[in-house]
Amino acid sequence: MEQEKYAHLEKELSPKPPILKNVIKAFLVGGLICLIGQFIALFYITFFDFTERTASNPTVATMIFLSMLLTGFGLYKKIAQFGGAGAAVPITGFGNAVVSSAIEHKSEGYVLGVGGNMFKLAGSVILFGVFSAFVVALIKTILVKFGVVSW
Amino acid sequence: MISIYITSFIVGGLICVIGQLLMDVAKLTPAHTLCSLVVAGSVLDGIGWYEPLIDFAGAGATIPITSFGNSLTHGALAEAEKHGLIGVVTGMFEVTSSGISAAIVFGLIGALLFTSKGNV
Repeated sequence: MEQEKYAHLEKELSPKPPILKNVIKAFLVGGLICLIGQFIALFYITFFDFTERTASNPTVATMIFLSMLLTGFGLYKKIAQFGGAGAAVPITGFGNAVVSSAIEHKSEGYVLGVGGNMFKLAGSVILFGVFSAFVVALIKTILVKFGVVSW
Repeated sequence: MISIYITSFIVGGLICVIGQLLMDVAKLTPAHTLCSLVVAGSVLDGIGWYEPLIDFAGAGATIPITSFGNSLTHGALAEAEKHGLIGVVTGMFEVTSSGISAAIVFGLIGALLFTSKGNV
């Protein structure tokens, strides 16, 4: 009973996150990052031999490059503080996670520090991405084999 | 032509809103949020809904982390179509290689160029 009371009290007293404000900020920052990505894609379509579909590969690489610069100069942290998920969800947030842990652990050396910690946060994204892709693709391939669905 | 900029802003923003709601309402940590979104992206590609979204929103669908799950599944499925079950493993990174290799290369370059002052 005491524990229940405490949990209730804690819930009442702890500050509620300003959800609406956070959602609006995330929408604006995330949308803006994607809009920049769209302009970079336009650049690759116009000046290089890319189509709408294939332009996403160099766009992603460019966005990660920009996120490296912003992270290195300490600006991405400020964007993330303002934008929350709006800065974390786009691929720039993935780049920021890799680059910031690489820079942070530089003092421990390049092999154990940078190499060992680079994928500290991003590693879980890769792990679950690859595993879910494996399961989904496996299920779909088997279903196609049995003629339930088509490619 | 101008409409793709509007849709990319709106769709990209909305995917980030889903992430923000997962963090604020469902009380997930950022890492759990990103993993959930990646899994969602790969499932959406499995049922064939992510490609139409890319056609509709361009970078609004390819920049959020959901596209990482999408392109992993997409590579695996494209290879599975050609080589059967073994393609599921061999094709996995076919499409998404640019994101991973860019992250590795720029991660190391970033570590060479910058030093942590507690602000990265």
